[in-house]
Amino acid sequence: MEEATSTYLLIIGGVLFALLNVAAGLIWIERRMLALWQDRYGPNRAGPFGLFIVLADSLKLFFKQDWVPPFADKPVFVVAPAIVMASVLLAFAVIPFAPGIVVADLNIGLLFFLAASSMGAYSIILGGWASNNKYSLLGAMRGAAQMISYEVFMGLSLMGVVLMAGSFNLSEIVEAQRGMWFFIPQLLGFIIFFIAGIAETHRLPFDIPEAESELIAGFHSEYSGMKFGIFFIGEYLGITLISCMVVTLYFGGWLGPDFLPPIVWFILKVFAFICLFILLRASLPRPRYDQLMEYGWKILLPLTLLNLLVTGGVLLWLGE
Amino acid sequence: MENNSSILVELHTRFGEDTFAQQSTRDEMLTLWMPCDKLTEVLQFLKTGVKQPYKMLFDLTAIDERTHQKRNGSPASTFTLVYHLFSFDRNHFIRLKVGLTEEFPKAPSIASLWANANWYEREIYDMFGIKFDGHPHLSRILMPRTWVGHPLRKEHPARATEMGPFQLYDEKVDLEQAALQFKPEEWGLQRESEDSDFMFLNIGPQHPGTHGVLRIILQLDGEDIVDAIPDIGFHHRGAEKMGERQTWHTYIPYTDRVDYLGGVMNNLAYLLAVEKLAGIEVPERVKVIRVMLCELFRIASHLVWYGTFAQDLGQLSPVFYMFSDREKIFNIIEAVCGGRMHPNWFRIGGVAQDLPKGWEKLVQDFIDYFPKRLREYDSMVMKNSLFKARTVGIGIFTLDEAIEWGVTGPGLRACGMDWDFRKKRPYSGYEMFDFDIPVAANGDCYDRAIVRVEEMRQSLRIIEQCLKNMPEGPYKADHPLTTPPVKKNTMHDIETLITHFLGVTWGPVIPAGEAMSCIEATKGANGYYLTSDGSTSPYRVRIRTPSFPHMQMLPYISKGYTVADMLSILGAMDYVLADIDR
Repeated sequence: MEEATSTYLLIIGGVLFALLNVAAGLIWIERRMLALWQDRYGPNRAGPFGLFIVLADSLKLFFKQDWVPPFADKPVFVVAPAIVMASVLLAFAVIPFAPGIVVADLNIGLLFFLAASSMGAYSIILGGWASNNKYSLLGAMRGAAQMISYEVFMGLSLMGVVLMAGSFNLSEIVEAQRGMWFFIPQLLGFIIFFIAGIAETHRLPFDIPEAESELIAGFHSEYSGMKFGIFFIGEYLGITLISCMVVTLYFGGWLGPDFLPPIVWFILKVFAFICLFILLRASLPRPRYDQLMEYGWKILLPLTLLNLLVTGGVLLWLGE
Repeated sequence: MENNSSILVELHTRFGEDTFAQQSTRDEMLTLWMPCDKLTEVLQFLKTGVKQPYKMLFDLTAIDERTHQKRNGSPASTFTLVYHLFSFDRNHFIRLKVGLTEEFPKAPSIASLWANANWYEREIYDMFGIKFDGHPHLSRILMPRTWVGHPLRKEHPARATEMGPFQLYDEKVDLEQAALQFKPEEWGLQRESEDSDFMFLNIGPQHPGTHGVLRIILQLDGEDIVDAIPDIGFHHRGAEKMGERQTWHTYIPYTDRVDYLGGVMNNLAYLLAVEKLAGIEVPERVKVIRVMLCELFRIASHLVWYGTFAQDLGQLSPVFYMFSDREKIFNIIEAVCGGRMHPNWFRIGGVAQDLPKGWEKLVQDFIDYFPKRLREYDSMVMKNSLFKARTVGIGIFTLDEAIEWGVTGPGLRACGMDWDFRKKRPYSGYEMFDFDIPVAANGDCYDRAIVRVEEMRQSLRIIEQCLKNMPEGPYKADHPLTTPPVKKNTMHDIETLITHFLGVTWGPVIPAGEAMSCIEATKGANGYYLTSDGSTSPYRVRIRTPSFPHMQMLPYISKGYTVADMLSILGAMDYVLADIDR
């Protein structure tokens, strides 16, 4: 019992530590990658390859005055950034990083992920509302509408995987992919989940709640210092979370040839998807808010339902 | 040069010969004085009554005549209103003048006749204190609302040192603070309609989407724009007033900063008018050098527009690629002029220096390099379906609307009219070049983009022709008013020496008269209307800029769209705040 508890604590501590470092490290990775794709250098002065920019950035954010605008709704304003952080970190609890390395191996892991990540919408709505600023409000409204509608088929798109694996448990879903990674039979599901995932993390081209050129910074216009920092870290954690989920559900999780340990395979795959996120930001323009909604409800939702129907039909036909 | 007689006959038949007094000007534009009470009638006739009508109110301004000495026998007046009309059918300008005789005169408004007269009349009221009867909203436009006096009146001080020390009393602080309070009623906006309360969103003066200090007051119903009111003047630096105390020569650097992306193109617009006044004919080499640099600047300006337009729509990368291309152009500009954004390099009667050794290679390298990049941008931006979704069918105006609002340049060509002043009224030797006028049909944001992208290719063609056919010869006209004057003859006779001495110390004395230039600048038609009283500085400098009427059109074309669309509309407009506010 003693040993099991300490292993658990080690895993929880390790995951938390790794995630926060990854999120911070992504600041550097994103800026360097963007710079690479945009014919620039990016941060390259502080430390080797400019790595210490992470340190400098965090120090700056920590030591900035912790300011709440006098016109804001103070308690809500303070709580909003905490929600995004908490909800994303909660969702990580069910991710199997490698055999045995998982915080909580729930048998309804997938549902837990959906539930936890949905909570993130609150932080946008509350943050934008509490700021008492018109730009923030517009951003919050857009954010709420976007996240709620994309959540609908985010959940539905995953059901194909559940049907094929016969389980909501993420470790079992990974094990079910020993024969074939699910992105081949579930290609459509994968694409839709990935798009919904981008919308969920509100990254370009779905960064409509922030929309720099229209809404300045959207829902977090009034935030500064570490509260802004938490939104920032929350966004990077969100990217990591969606990448982890894509890898777990469609790309065989930790599975891979034996010459590398499972955890390394997992990290490599996740990193590839993080880069894809950044590449998307470097290349695509932003659609309009109503176009995004139209695209979601009129194209993605029917496709998701079709995917579910076909998957179910084929499985029945094969006599599973 | 111009066929002035036909319209003159028509006007005389309609209104009688006594109505008009003709004035001769250096630019040979038909210039007629008319009495104030006939104003509306005559303008109405010219706009709708004649067979080939003058559909565009090209410019409207005023002159404070109270200290004007050499008036060339024109009717007495304290202030003169000057209407420039343009007919596309005739390819003809007409200048109508109305003399006013009081210290703070009144004149009838023509805002109901031409949509774009609204802002021009407000500007005149702001700058001269002339009131317009029947104007829907006559208030200050460029100066702050708390400003005392009307800057372009001759008694208004031109510089801070003439004004006494500035002191910010508590009362003044309160006054200024109160003026900053936003009251929708003052802008003619309703707070609510029958079924919804409106939200007022203040975009700017500091906002990442406005590209400068522009404020737009949005009246929103949800995210739909009910009305949009541009509040301009934050970038007003009194460029026209400064002209009245600079010499003809030392005013050139100020022009660089009007359309600050157009660089030497502004010099050209100003100098064409000065050279008309002075009667200078510049050598062929000067013409071609000027054309080459102007076209390089056209590409540079369009590149900035291209990148920032994509960025407004959320595409982050193109702007970096385009700025590095612009850097390559600036390397050429730097090698030739020494300067980059504001080279201040054209001179009265020529250019500052001859082209440097090795310029051909720099230009040739750019010509070889650039087309490939343009093709790359086509697939990156113009063919991108998200980009199309944000721009196709957005911010449409028709050809008639464009003319009514005074739209020129790519905006006009995007409506399907192949009107380019370089082709239709060639200046500075553009008639020698072979290039096409790109047009598009729908007049939406995407079409405006297509026209500009194609224009870059055409500019490149012109530059290539400049490179291949650069004439030999002097880079300055051999004329006494060329500034700085040609020095080689000064040591041979005393007359040249004196002219040279005066030209260098005082600056040139340009003969009395008036002239207007009109060039196809990067953003549309740019014109300098100069009045000389035969002295070392201009009596009045009027800068007709394209962005001013374009911005005026914003409320008209953005109603009913969303906030996000307005960014597309602003981006496709391609304005520069200094070009609006001067």
